[in-house]
Amino acid sequence: MTKAQQGKVPALRLEGITKEFVGKVVANDNISLSVDHGQILSVLGENGSGKTTLMNIIAGIYFPDHGHIYIDGEEVVMRSPKDALRHNIGMIHQHFKLIDIFSATENIVLGLDEKGRLDMKQCLNRVKEIATQYGFEIDPEKKIYEMSVSEKQTVEIIKVLYRGADILILDEPTAVLTPQETEKLFNILRKMRDDGKAIIIITHKLHEVLSLSDRVTVLCKGRNVGTVNTAKTNETELTEFMVGKKVMLNINRTMPKDPKPRLEVKNLCCKDIEGVEVLKDINFTVNSGEIFGIAGVAGSGQRELLEGIAGLQKCEGEIIYLDPKTGETKDLQKKTPLQIQELGVRLSFVPEDRLGMGLVGNMSIVDNVMLRSYNKGKGIFLHRSAPTELADKIIKELEVVTPGKSTPVRRLSGGNVQKVLVGREIAASPTVLMTAYPVRGLDINASYTIYNLLNKQKEGGTAVVFVGEDLDVLLELCDRILVLCSGKVTGIVDARTTTKAELGRLMTQNTNDKDGASDGQG
Amino acid sequence: MWAAFIRRAIMQGIPLLYGSTGEILTEKSGNLNLGIPGIMYVGGIGGVIGAFLYEQHASTLNPLLAVLIPLLCSMLGSLLMGLLYCFLTVTMRANQNVTGLAMTTFGVGVGNFYGGSLAKLAGSDVPSINLTATSSYFRASLPFADKLGWFGEIFLSHSFLAYLAIIMALVSSFFLVKTHSGLRLRAVGESPATADAAGVNVARYKYFATCIGSVIAGLGGLYYVMDYANGVWSNDGFGDRGWLAIALVIFAVWKPNYSILGSILFGGLYIIHNYIPNLDVSGQELFKMLPYVVTILFLIVTSIGKKREAQPPASLGLPYFREDR
Amino acid sequence: MAKVEHKVKEPLIHITKRSRITIWKAWLIRIAAVALALVVSGIVAYLVTSENPLRIYAVIIDGTFGTSRRFWGMLQNLAMLLCVSLGVTPAFRMRFWNIGAEGQVLIGGLACAACMILFGDKLPNAVLIIVMIIASLAAGAIWAFIPAFFRANWNTNETLFTLMMNYIAIQLVSFFTYKWSVPKGSGQIGVINRTTHAGWLPVIAGKNHLLNIIIVLVLTIVLYIYLWYSRQGYEIAVVGESENTARYIGLSVKKVILRTMLISGAVCGLTGLLLVAGTDHTISRETAAGRGFTAIMVAWLAKFNPLVMLLTSFLIAFLEKGSTEISTTFGLNESFSDIITGIIIFFIIGSEFFIQYQLKFREKEEK
Repeated sequence: MTKAQQGKVPALRLEGITKEFVGKVVANDNISLSVDHGQILSVLGENGSGKTTLMNIIAGIYFPDHGHIYIDGEEVVMRSPKDALRHNIGMIHQHFKLIDIFSATENIVLGLDEKGRLDMKQCLNRVKEIATQYGFEIDPEKKIYEMSVSEKQTVEIIKVLYRGADILILDEPTAVLTPQETEKLFNILRKMRDDGKAIIIITHKLHEVLSLSDRVTVLCKGRNVGTVNTAKTNETELTEFMVGKKVMLNINRTMPKDPKPRLEVKNLCCKDIEGVEVLKDINFTVNSGEIFGIAGVAGSGQRELLEGIAGLQKCEGEIIYLDPKTGETKDLQKKTPLQIQELGVRLSFVPEDRLGMGLVGNMSIVDNVMLRSYNKGKGIFLHRSAPTELADKIIKELEVVTPGKSTPVRRLSGGNVQKVLVGREIAASPTVLMTAYPVRGLDINASYTIYNLLNKQKEGGTAVVFVGEDLDVLLELCDRILVLCSGKVTGIVDARTTTKAELGRLMTQNTNDKDGASDGQG
Repeated sequence: MWAAFIRRAIMQGIPLLYGSTGEILTEKSGNLNLGIPGIMYVGGIGGVIGAFLYEQHASTLNPLLAVLIPLLCSMLGSLLMGLLYCFLTVTMRANQNVTGLAMTTFGVGVGNFYGGSLAKLAGSDVPSINLTATSSYFRASLPFADKLGWFGEIFLSHSFLAYLAIIMALVSSFFLVKTHSGLRLRAVGESPATADAAGVNVARYKYFATCIGSVIAGLGGLYYVMDYANGVWSNDGFGDRGWLAIALVIFAVWKPNYSILGSILFGGLYIIHNYIPNLDVSGQELFKMLPYVVTILFLIVTSIGKKREAQPPASLGLPYFREDR
Repeated sequence: MAKVEHKVKEPLIHITKRSRITIWKAWLIRIAAVALALVVSGIVAYLVTSENPLRIYAVIIDGTFGTSRRFWGMLQNLAMLLCVSLGVTPAFRMRFWNIGAEGQVLIGGLACAACMILFGDKLPNAVLIIVMIIASLAAGAIWAFIPAFFRANWNTNETLFTLMMNYIAIQLVSFFTYKWSVPKGSGQIGVINRTTHAGWLPVIAGKNHLLNIIIVLVLTIVLYIYLWYSRQGYEIAVVGESENTARYIGLSVKKVILRTMLISGAVCGLTGLLLVAGTDHTISRETAAGRGFTAIMVAWLAKFNPLVMLLTSFLIAFLEKGSTEISTTFGLNESFSDIITGIIIFFIIGSEFFIQYQLKFREKEEK
């Protein structure tokens, strides 16, 4: 802080940071940016644009392949989180690193390199001091498990300040906050800025960028595509920056044939364990013979929506399935996955967590293939002959690279794991096929295999739901796209006519504006 | 009568107190050491071997050495056991339950084997060794204890190892709650990943806590032989006290200072059958299960009540490997 | 995200998880561990006996294969140990740490002994044996069901719960041994129905323990088929691997836990029956003789595969017999076998590390 006022030397400067993950795309490609003391820098970008990787590099969690980091003009090497702490860098992760049964103060004190007696009273006082200085409302003796999300975040921030951080990094701090809480946080951040701290905030909410930060750096696909002063920009320009130019993928797309409603969702609402509303009044219909895309920034309620339909999550509202053969309607709401199966509903689901939910890592391909159908037929024994045939078929038709069908799926590469999962779900000849991020982490070839599979399903009359993150894919693969933002539907658009910028706008639209709680252009 | 009962209860409780204090420290690091019963046997036999050799070789016993040698031998034995457990579970990431049970088999085996062998060396025809001379030094109590009536009998008639047990429990409590290292240790047991991120050396804390815990638990074995059993080692004499110590950990909700009273209660429950009039032998056996019944009821109540402070350390029994995340 | 760190200063030895290891390589490591353990045990035996190490090994082998009586004795031990191991296996495949096998065996044995004592002269032998079977299986199952019930509903720690249940069972057995002791007050039941042999399992082909051995062998195969080829076995594996997946396929985790523990406990109860009605014809605190704990190690060493357990239980039974023989031959204490068992298990436990992980030594640094 003392060096801060000395002049123009940036508190933190990155130069040419490059980080590549084995077997994946370049996460950070020659990124440079800087932040001064007494300044708030927003780092803006879509999912997968490399924001979090970059921040983890600054915090010493990842080590960059190339590039330099300067603090107050001096080059530093960040080998571990400890190095970062030594250079007074504090990071507030998106997923809090707190110990549940400890009190706020205990969590704050943990990690200080101190020995000997723990003077709780002194620590408490120091915490209270920091709290009053910045206007935090916190009970330092409250246990973490009794806290709301925003209180936990407060603890994380105080933890960083307690250690005397001058440079603060906040990774999507508002994702879990209510508008009121967000506004409170922003006020605190402004106060900290005025106190001479350098603050980097990662976000994808445009209105937050505009209301809070002094400068914005926009990342797109691992590159820095521009840094602008907030005062000189507007939402439209930022959106264009963020989503980038359209890339042609040349995915085949046919017109839906004879669309008939297959799945109707009405007034669906859902709360998570902590009682936060994650889905608010969702309405849509998916038709046969179409691919229905769902877009949105991560954590906008996509997972809850699909799991709610599949019976894995408790929801309020209506979920109606229309049987193509009998024309009957079946209510899926408040049914377990087993009950849904027993109703004769042909609903397939490719979950986001492939090895943790969709497949069992330590089981063979054959055993995984029968995961959803092992209970069919008679007797107490498993019938492995049909699954074995199916496994052979999946391996052959989807070109799964594997030593054999008895290989545990854990040993397959990501793309091959996904082929097994999608292959199995398709083999159940579903009426509705839901897929969550089916091409995440897959290489180009595997991705196209999946696109083709989904297209084939669509042509066969299946209603396909596709939750995706890459807007280019959504635009070229889907027929219609529903956009979710903070658990609300902000629009259902025709994928053939809409633009990337329009999607970007819907994804980041501040739906809370109408509540009048959190705006504030400033 | 009452004073005698409480005094016996305390004497029964001291080995449990040592065992549970050691196990609490261990479990606070996330290690569920089911080898504690074995370690207590090793601690006991270590002291016996030390005392036996000293008694054999020295013509006259120096009181200080007579206490110090068994004490150090006992601590060395249990320290080695602790190191073995850590090496297997922390460094080699082996399953804690299997390792612990193997340690108990091994430790009880070592205890009984050397106990039996020494007995043979000493030329005794029953498998027990008599170390009354050494024991008398261990059992030395405050001289004026018997002049103060019931107060002296309950509080002052004990040997130094008994007071040491209580001091250890209090020190451990203080360490866990009131020091920076204690805070970090508890963090390791709750969430090694979080502790790691906060810059705590997880493996080091696990090693230290488990080894120190083992040494403390081993002293329980030593107390049993030298004080409670008057220096007579008999095979399997220690019985199931090691498991009772683990039960006490649950009952004391992982707080060493609670286990002081808990150990007296358990000790009392363990011997209460001797003080109930007109109880036949079979009825005594029913009474001996009381500590376990109490522990189970306690376990059920705390888990149904979901009181977070009464739960085991969250990472108890799980190995930690940083790259697993 | 993949965690690939490039530290400026890498540690000297870096431990990484193996992505795969060929089966023969894994077994090579295990066999090497057993061999090494045998060498160390030999050295330990040499240190306490000062005998020629080769002679020690000869005695170990002689302890099992020396006479047909010893061999049958070993087979009986093996069968009983295997039976308890089979009992804990379904629970462990579900990642339910049932360390209460000792108590489940004892309570099964107690139920069996109770039937023999109470109904010995009241029921025809065939009916009596059926009643005994039902009683022992039910007793074992109930003993396992209690902790399972609390685990399934309130997530009560099953390791600690099952552990405590052992001692309640032991004390119950103690209680009844005094209650029923012959002569009164001796604290020993003695051979039950010594003259009538009521409730004794039949001796077949003149071999005392043959029936036990056959029953356990059949059970091994049945359990293998159950776990590998039945739907319920498949459900157990899914719940053990990932409760999330179980939810995804619409499985009730609670139901699977309760059902599996009933089976687990029933098999342990059966062991109690075989021990009391088929072998000892009496009961005491020592009837289970620590098998409940040894079985956990046997099952774990076999990676919870019943067929491999034939091998691991043989290894343990063989060593126990062998080291007991060492103790008698060289006049050592019988607890020597516990030490040897411990050493062997330590080595095998340690060897698993080299199967799961590999060490990478730091390469020369390049700038």
